[in-house]
Amino acid sequence: MNSNAVNTEKKKGGRPLLLANARIVDPAANRDERGGILVDGGVIADIGPQVTKQNAPAEADLVDCGGHVLIPGLVDMRVQLREPGGEHQETIATGSLAAAAGGVTSMVCLPNTDPVIDDISGVEYIARRARETKRAKIYCYGALTRGLHGKDLVEMGMLSEFGALGFTDALHAVADAQVMRRALYYARTFDLLIVQHPEEPALAAGGAMNNGELATRIGLPGIPSCAEVMMIERDLHLVRMSGARYHVAHVSTAASVEAIRKAKQEGLRVTCDTAPPYFSLNENEIGDYRTFAKLSPPLRGESDRRAVAAAIAEGVIDCIASDHAPHDVESKRVPFMQAAAGIIGLETLLPVSLELYHKGSLSLLDLLKCATSRPAEILGLPQGRLAKGAPADMVLIDLDKPHRIDVAGFKSKSKNSPYDGRPVQGLVLKTFVDGRLVFSHEGQA
Amino acid sequence: MSAEARTPNPFFPHRHLLGIEGLSAAEIERLLDLSNRYADMSKDDSTARALLRGRTVMNVFFENSTRTQTSFELAAKRLGADVTNMSVGTSSIKKGETLLDTAMTLNAMRPDVMVVRHSDSGAINLLSQKVDGAVINAGDGRHEHPTQALLDALTIRRRLGKLQGLLVAICGDILHSRVARSNIHLLTKMGARVRVIAPITLLPSNIDRMGVEVFTDMRKGLKDVDIVMMLRLQLERMQGAYVPSVREYFHFFGLDYEKLSVAKPNALIMHPGPMNRGVEIDSEVADDINRSVIREQVEMGVAVRMACLDALTRGIVGQNR
Repeated sequence: MNSNAVNTEKKKGGRPLLLANARIVDPAANRDERGGILVDGGVIADIGPQVTKQNAPAEADLVDCGGHVLIPGLVDMRVQLREPGGEHQETIATGSLAAAAGGVTSMVCLPNTDPVIDDISGVEYIARRARETKRAKIYCYGALTRGLHGKDLVEMGMLSEFGALGFTDALHAVADAQVMRRALYYARTFDLLIVQHPEEPALAAGGAMNNGELATRIGLPGIPSCAEVMMIERDLHLVRMSGARYHVAHVSTAASVEAIRKAKQEGLRVTCDTAPPYFSLNENEIGDYRTFAKLSPPLRGESDRRAVAAAIAEGVIDCIASDHAPHDVESKRVPFMQAAAGIIGLETLLPVSLELYHKGSLSLLDLLKCATSRPAEILGLPQGRLAKGAPADMVLIDLDKPHRIDVAGFKSKSKNSPYDGRPVQGLVLKTFVDGRLVFSHEGQA
Repeated sequence: MSAEARTPNPFFPHRHLLGIEGLSAAEIERLLDLSNRYADMSKDDSTARALLRGRTVMNVFFENSTRTQTSFELAAKRLGADVTNMSVGTSSIKKGETLLDTAMTLNAMRPDVMVVRHSDSGAINLLSQKVDGAVINAGDGRHEHPTQALLDALTIRRRLGKLQGLLVAICGDILHSRVARSNIHLLTKMGARVRVIAPITLLPSNIDRMGVEVFTDMRKGLKDVDIVMMLRLQLERMQGAYVPSVREYFHFFGLDYEKLSVAKPNALIMHPGPMNRGVEIDSEVADDINRSVIREQVEMGVAVRMACLDALTRGIVGQNR
């Protein structure tokens, strides 16, 4: 098992916890029913309509869910927590607070820290800090190449034994096809997951936003949307040769969706995710050079946004990840060209994703699957589902509650979000990790 | 410009020894039988000493190899031949001459046998088409190294009495290994079952089409094997391009007693040398006198090369035959 997980201490003296009167929604079991969950020793001991206050064990702590929706804690497969090396922007501690507030109970951080997580000590460092942080389960990917330089392979076999869940050069695509080929071959040796940032680097170099009319009008150098599908298609040829497990991060274009759809039909071991900005925003968000709308890959045109949203509904896109990228004010309050790319996302992942459900694009079960059981499955984690014996990572949400996103109230150390003030529906009421309450919304009993 | 007249040679009906691939099981068997006789023969056996008297054996090594060159040199000398060594350091290739020009120049000195090593696969096949004498491939690129496979087979046969039905694992850098390819040809032809075990970066494409089973996990691939053949991993290949690091390679693919424990209890350990202790093989295992036959392999090398020189020169008409 992954040594990277937060300790699931089964305290002998810990009392059982009973969550009664909930609408349990669990995509893994295709369950959507009234009932309760009994937690004992950090794991789910019983679940279903038969679990009620009346038959609760005498010593159990009781939580009345008031008929609200109880879902598995979100599994966020792409975050940057900036520790070590960027603690002024985010730390594992502040990132975990933000995760708990956002209903994220498990997250995988990228290796683009300082130093880069490309050796055993780096993986062990994250594992140790994760153990100290009880609010969320924190895992990491190892770098795919040493120092993220795109040349020499890291010790994937050993890093995996120490808990790395996959390998990626984080914000960089592996440019050299021969290196990527060997990386996939080597990963296949141990059946490890490779995660690619899909962008042909030569085409993206110097670009600041999506290539097109808007870029032309405001005079910013563009990144053509085909830079994404070119890298994906190159990799798919190599995936076919190697038989390796390949995951495309933050898909943002219609062409990429098509390429991945075909690869899946062919039977290649390909999965992908996208992040909320790619189905909720388009390039017009940049408007008057708003650096909070500078992302990598860049926000695309409206037709690409629609294609990404449709691909989630259709299941071509497997997962929704926050792509949490904290940046301090100094990194964003600069001319657009110089601004860092990326936005925070842990606390907006759920409400922005729920827009797809509220608009009727897809069912609640199908939507939640993208942020719970499916990423857990790809990562090989036992959580992301509500079943007997599973870790009691759960989130209670008020599904329909309308509110405005208020970035000032966010727990994340950085505040770079384009969603401030956005009206959304769906609020996290309580978050539990291994049966422990790690977040409770103010005003709730 | 023909060197000597040739007569049919029923013992070994090939002019050259370029690889194992073109040989029949019966021919391999005959070469091994003959090698076995040379292995038991005294170093100064007078009949053997007369066999190649007046013949010229030319060692032409475009790629340096002290051990193989010495082994061929001793083999030729024990058969009474005149031996010259031309190594790459002094080669005219360095002065811009093409391989074939060099071959024609050497051929003009009328060697009976040329023992050739070259870093390019197929270079020796090309050279063999242009010379009058016999050519023995002493290793070409990642293609073949037939005398190594023969000496490995002889070592196994002398220890276990047979090749047929044995389960042999070849482990390590299969991709760049001519030793692996020649051994796969020989062992499968002689009825042994062959497995290859390596990280996929070190496995050539479609290697299973050569009749071997492919494994990427030593603990699975070594299960119940009779023979473990380790291959050398070149230093430049273990720094990130094919393998991330020495310690990772040793952790997953280095032969130690723990991984060896799933093999047959008396499984033999082989290595074509030179060994990288602590990279592909643990020192303790390499030095295990009950199981490691690495020194015997070197010893058998001379006998096998005597047999090959003998076999190939039987087709040449001359007063000594």
